[in-house]
Amino acid sequence: MSADRLYAYVGAALVALSLYAFLVHTHLLRRLLAFNVMGGGTFLILVGLAQDGRGPDPVPQALVLTGIVVAISATALAIILLRRWFVFSQATALPEDEAQ
Amino acid sequence: MNGSALLPWMLVVPLSWATGTVLLAHRRHAYTHAFNTVGSLLLVALAATLYWVTREHGPTTHALGGWSAPLGIGLRADGLAVTLVLLTAIVSGACGWYARTSERTERQGKGTSQRYFWPLFWLLITALNGIWLADDLFNLYVGLELLGLSAVGLVALGDGEASLSAALRYLMAALLGSLAYLLGVALVYASYGTLALPELAGLLSREPITQLALALMTVGLCLKTALFPLHGWLPPAHGVALTPVSAMLSALVVKGSFYILFRLWSDVAESVVTPLAAQALGALGAGAVLWGGWQALRESSLKMLVAHSTVAQLGYLFLFFPLAVGTGASAAALATQGMLLHLVAHALAKSAMFLASGTLIASVGRGGVSDLAGVGRHMPMSLFAFGLAGVSLMGLPPSGGFNAKWLLLQSALAGGQWLWLIVLLSGGLLTAGYVFRVFRESFRDPDPGGGRFTTTPRAYDWVALALATLSIALGFASRSPLAFMTNGLAVMVRGQ
Repeated sequence: MSADRLYAYVGAALVALSLYAFLVHTHLLRRLLAFNVMGGGTFLILVGLAQDGRGPDPVPQALVLTGIVVAISATALAIILLRRWFVFSQATALPEDEAQ
Repeated sequence: MNGSALLPWMLVVPLSWATGTVLLAHRRHAYTHAFNTVGSLLLVALAATLYWVTREHGPTTHALGGWSAPLGIGLRADGLAVTLVLLTAIVSGACGWYARTSERTERQGKGTSQRYFWPLFWLLITALNGIWLADDLFNLYVGLELLGLSAVGLVALGDGEASLSAALRYLMAALLGSLAYLLGVALVYASYGTLALPELAGLLSREPITQLALALMTVGLCLKTALFPLHGWLPPAHGVALTPVSAMLSALVVKGSFYILFRLWSDVAESVVTPLAAQALGALGAGAVLWGGWQALRESSLKMLVAHSTVAQLGYLFLFFPLAVGTGASAAALATQGMLLHLVAHALAKSAMFLASGTLIASVGRGGVSDLAGVGRHMPMSLFAFGLAGVSLMGLPPSGGFNAKWLLLQSALAGGQWLWLIVLLSGGLLTAGYVFRVFRESFRDPDPGGGRFTTTPRAYDWVALALATLSIALGFASRSPLAFMTNGLAVMVRGQ
């Protein structure tokens, strides 16, 4: 198995794990972390699968760079909202989830 | 004039105004308002010119900075994209006007909310135009994320805890949806080595990995379009946001992800999709029409009622898939026309309805449907706008909504799919039910001690009325814009 293929498999495993975490956890920070791990897994798949058996490819690398910027902005926004939500409500989960 | 040279301006203008409003945030309101008025007018003028040029000279493309695909960013303007650019300019212009009026009269002193509102407003427009004009899967992803983030930011500007929790819920759904989409993009690139839509259209074949990729993208986009049963995030987000924000979210933002889904299914992956999957999407759409309508009937808050109505009306869009995939060419063509007309008519009618609701609530001072008693006498104009929009949503003639549903009905008949007919009809009845519910309450005499109304600015009514009138006018003149919108789409070419 080539290294690139391995990256893609690891990426798939990360996505599966973090999807599970995203769905079962109600703590918003945990869900945000799960989203970040999921993003990392997706980027591994994007680069690994595209380069598998074809050698380095600049296009997926450029895409991943853009993807990272997007993920960081999303995380920043999420953290701001999360902090405000915590200050307002003293809760770490959304009201609908806490009731369950 | 050259349409290709105009294309980048559809992104440059809103992006510059987003930056400009950040810089103007601490200046006097009058400057910001003048600046935003100029921006909205400029955008409408540019969009109208682009519409006219594309009509005269046909579709154009533009490679930003002279860099062509795969590394550069390509823009493409066909009839559909240009129509949606114009729709965005008109609806956002109207909502911007409403927002300026409300800032002048009601929200003075709420500094933070205003500081963030306008930059996010313009970023939202940039993202929408980026999606309508994008020519490859990855730029669609960037547009989708930018759209989601600015929409979440706008929702969070509403009042208090409810808007924060709605924004967080929306954000979680949006992030999950776009990652599912990106995963699909990764699989497509790995299999075909390109992400450009026109190239992919000729390449895609019905292999397991392509189907997996399409399934991932479809699930992600359905989550972002709030397709039943993934719609849970929509009613709170659209219901608690500031009124002009609600209007833009329901009219335009959810259509962004649906537009990508439509392009994928009908233009790009036509050879990959199966009738079974299309029927499944249609069934979920039918579920949305019925469940959303039912929830709207039972809802006690006016804005939440309108938000649930959005869930239901989005369901109609998904009826396109079973009507167009695996049926005859003429049924597919009718379904495409009906769905696209519904998309435009709903955007106009729903934004009008949200703006009118916001005005009614501002006048009454409370947001419940039962608080509306007596409003019929004091706010006839707002209620009239609400009613006109309701006519189009119900699908009564003459209105854009009627023509759209009529075309969908014809398509169901042409394809021999009777089941969808029942969905269309019962959806119309449910819509009539919740629109008339609002009217019944409005014409009730107010309880003793109640019935004190605040006067609202005239501009509120004019804006809502203008949008509602446009949605009705579409019923009289839908043939020509419809022909232009569908011209050149793969699904229509097959039908000829």
